Amino acid sequence: MGLDAYLAVSVALFALGVICIVTRRNIIYVLMGIEMILNAANINFVAFNRFNGDGLEGRMFAIFVIILAAAEAAVALAIVLNVFHLFKSIKPSDIDLLRE
Amino acid sequence: MEFQPEHYRLLLAVLLIPLVAYVLQIFLGRHLPRRGDWLPTGGMFVVMCLTVYMFTTFISSEGGFFHESAAEGGPVFGWLYQSAEKLPGLNVVAGLLYDPLGAAMLAVVGIVSFFVHLFSVGYMSSDHRYHIFFANICLFTFAMLGLVLSDNLLFVFIFWELMGLMSYLLIGHFSQDPNSPRIKQAAAACKKAFMTTRVGDTCLLFGMAIFYYHFETFRFTEMWALAQEAVAANGGEYPAWMTLGGLFLFGGTVGKSAQFPLHIWLPDAMEGPTPVSAMIHAATMVAAGVFLLGRIFPLLSPEVLGVVVAIGSITALFAATIGCTVNDIKGVLAYSTISQLGFMVAAIGTGGLGLVAGLFHMVTHAFFKACLFLSAGSVIHGCHHEQDMRKMGGLRKKMPLTFLAMFICTLAIAGMPLFSGFYSKDRIIQSAIESTMTQFRGANAFAILALPLAAALTAFYMFRLIFMTFFGEPRDEHVHEHAHESPWPMTVSLLVLATFGLFVGKFWLIDGDFLGHHTWFTERVTAASMYPGIDLMKMNQIAVSEHTGHVAHSFAMGISLTVAAFGIFMAWWIYHKKRLNPERITSTLGEVYVTVENKYYIDEAVNGSVIKGSLFLARAQKWIDENIIDGFVLLNGRVHKALGFIGYWIDRTIVDGLVNATGAIAVAFGSVLRLFQTGRVQQYVSLAVAGGLLAAAFLILI
Repeated sequence: MGLDAYLAVSVALFALGVICIVTRRNIIYVLMGIEMILNAANINFVAFNRFNGDGLEGRMFAIFVIILAAAEAAVALAIVLNVFHLFKSIKPSDIDLLRE
Repeated sequence: MEFQPEHYRLLLAVLLIPLVAYVLQIFLGRHLPRRGDWLPTGGMFVVMCLTVYMFTTFISSEGGFFHESAAEGGPVFGWLYQSAEKLPGLNVVAGLLYDPLGAAMLAVVGIVSFFVHLFSVGYMSSDHRYHIFFANICLFTFAMLGLVLSDNLLFVFIFWELMGLMSYLLIGHFSQDPNSPRIKQAAAACKKAFMTTRVGDTCLLFGMAIFYYHFETFRFTEMWALAQEAVAANGGEYPAWMTLGGLFLFGGTVGKSAQFPLHIWLPDAMEGPTPVSAMIHAATMVAAGVFLLGRIFPLLSPEVLGVVVAIGSITALFAATIGCTVNDIKGVLAYSTISQLGFMVAAIGTGGLGLVAGLFHMVTHAFFKACLFLSAGSVIHGCHHEQDMRKMGGLRKKMPLTFLAMFICTLAIAGMPLFSGFYSKDRIIQSAIESTMTQFRGANAFAILALPLAAALTAFYMFRLIFMTFFGEPRDEHVHEHAHESPWPMTVSLLVLATFGLFVGKFWLIDGDFLGHHTWFTERVTAASMYPGIDLMKMNQIAVSEHTGHVAHSFAMGISLTVAAFGIFMAWWIYHKKRLNPERITSTLGEVYVTVENKYYIDEAVNGSVIKGSLFLARAQKWIDENIIDGFVLLNGRVHKALGFIGYWIDRTIVDGLVNATGAIAVAFGSVLRLFQTGRVQQYVSLAVAGGLLAAAFLILI
C-alpha cells in the first residue's frame, strides 16, 4: 500500500470536512468540519513523513496540529457560546454580521 | 507826486482784498451781523480808494507803463513754471501789467463795483440769499480786477472763465429762491448766458492756442513784439495764421461782449438781480471783451479789423432798432448795452485812433450804464417789481433823485455835449470817418452809415424810456400810488455814478473846452503809451496818427449833435407831445415792426438751427448709440453668452460625464461585488474552495 492510498483518504477526509463546513446548519458541525480538515492535513504530514522523509518532522507537526486543534476547539466553543448569546441561534446562516 | 514802483505793491492789495472778502463772506457771511454785507462792501470801498489813488498818481506822473513779472525781479506766481532747461516752451509766469489803459479800467471797475455793492445793500435787502449774493458779486469783481491786471493771455483767460462762472451764478440768483415767481426763467437765462459765452470762450481758446504755437508765450508785451517781428519778416503783411488766430481771439470778444450773433444771452441776463445787470453791463463781463480787444490789438491783422468793424456796426445798428420796440425797462437798457458795445467794437476795428475812442467809450459807458441800470433798479424797486414801462409814467415827482440820476445818464448815453458819452461817441464817429478818409474800406464805410443811425436811435429809445417812465400821466394808478423813492444807499450810489456819468468824459469846468478837443483819456491812453515800442502804423496800415485833421472832428461833431438832437426830438414828439401815435407808426411799418419787435427772430433762428440742430444731432447719436453701438455690445454679449453656454454644455456633459462615469463604474463594480458579500461564512468558504479548485484545475491543465 503506497502513498497514494493515504493521500486518497486525506483528500476524502478534506472534502468531507469542506462539505461539512459549507452545508451544515449547525455551527458545531462547522467546527467539526474544521477538525476534519485539520486531521486530513495531519494524515498528509504523517504520510509524507513515512514515505519521503527520514526524520520525525512530519509526525512532530501532526502532534503540534493536534494540540493547536485542541486549543482552537476550546476558543471556538467559547466564541460559539458568545455567538449564541448574541444571536440566540447557532445557525451559520443567521450569523451575517460580517456583511456590515 | 512821482509814481514809485512801491505803489505797485498796492496792486496786490487790490487783488487780494476782494478775494479775502469773498472767502470770509462765503463761509462766515451767514453768521455775521447784517449777514456780512459790510464786509465785501467795505472791501470794495478800500479797493475803490486804492485804485482811484493809484490812478490819479499814475495819470499825473511820467513814464506810465509798468510791467512787473519775474524777469524784472517782481513777485513770481509760478504757473506751469518749469526751469527753462527742462521745458522751454512751458513757462507761464503771472505778472502784473499796469499801463494807462489798465489804470483807467481798474479805477472804473473799483468805483462802479463799490457803488453797485452799496446799491445792493438797499436793493437786495429782502433777499433770502443776501449773503451769498454779496459773496458772488465780490468774486465777480475780483475776476474783473484780475483780468485787468493780468500781464498774460492765459491769466486773462482764467479770470475770463471765472467771470463766466460768476455771471452764471449771479444771473441765476433768483433760480435758487423758492419765493421767486420767475425761477424757471432765471435758470434758463443763466444757462443760456453760460452756454452762449462758452461758444466765444472756445474760440478764444483756439486763438490762444494758435498764437502760443507760433510765439511760445502768453505775455502781452512779448506777443506784441513778436507780432511786430512776424509782420516785418513777412514783408509788412500779416501772415495768414495771424489772421486766423485773430479771428478766433475776436470770437471771444463776440461771446463775452454780446456781439452779433452771440448777443442773445445779454437780454435774457436781465433775469438776474438789477445790481448784477449793472455789473455785467458796465464794469465787468461785457467790458472784458472790449478790454481784451485793447490788449490784443497789435495781433489783429487789417482783415480781422475789417470783420471787427463790420460785426460792431451791425450789432450797434440792429440792437438799437430792437431797443425802440422793447417795453421792459431793463430790456431797453439791455439792448442799448449791446448797441453801445457795438460802437466800441466797431471803433476799435477802425484802427489806432478808433482804438482809443472805443476804449474811451468803454470807460464812460461803464459809469452811465451802471447808473442807468441802478436807476432802473430803483424804479423797479419803487414800483414793487413792476418792469413794464407801459404801466409806469409820471414817476418824476415820486422819485426825484432817481429821475435826476437817470436823466443825466440818459443825456450822456444819447451823446449830448458836456456829458461824458458825447466825448467818446463823437470820437468813435470821427475815427470811422477819418479812417475811411485815409484809406477806403467797405466795412468802415458801412460803419459811417450805421453808427450815426444807431446813435440817433439810441437817443430816441432812451428818451422814449424817460418819457414813458417819468413824464406824462400815470398809466397804472396802482403802481403809481405805491411808488416811492428808494433808501439812501441806493440814491447815493445813483447820484455819485450820475456825477461820474457827467464828468468822466471831460471835466470841462477846469478848462472850458466844452467840445472836447482834448480829454484826459485820449491824452494819456494812446497807441504809443499802450504798446510801447510797437509801431502800429507800420503794422496795421491804418490811420493811427493823432492829428489827422480837424475836418473829421468837426464833421463828426456835427453829425453826432444832429442825430442826438433828432432822436431826442422824435422821442419828445411821439411820446411826450403825442403828436404821432406810436401805434399808427407800428401799423404803417407792419411786418418790419413785427420782425424788429421779435428781435429779428434771432432767438428763433438760433433755436431752429443751433439748438434744434444739436438736439437732432443728440437724437441721432442716441439712435446710433441705442441701435448700432448697443447692438454691437449686445451682439458681443450674445456671442459670449452662446460661447458660455457651449462651455457649460461641455463641462456638464463631457467633463462631468467622465467624472461621473468613473464613479458609476466603481459603483457598478461595487454593486456586483456586493452580491458576494453576504456575511455568511459558509458561502465564503464555498467560494474559496471553488476558487481553489479553479486555480488547481488551471495549474493542472496548463
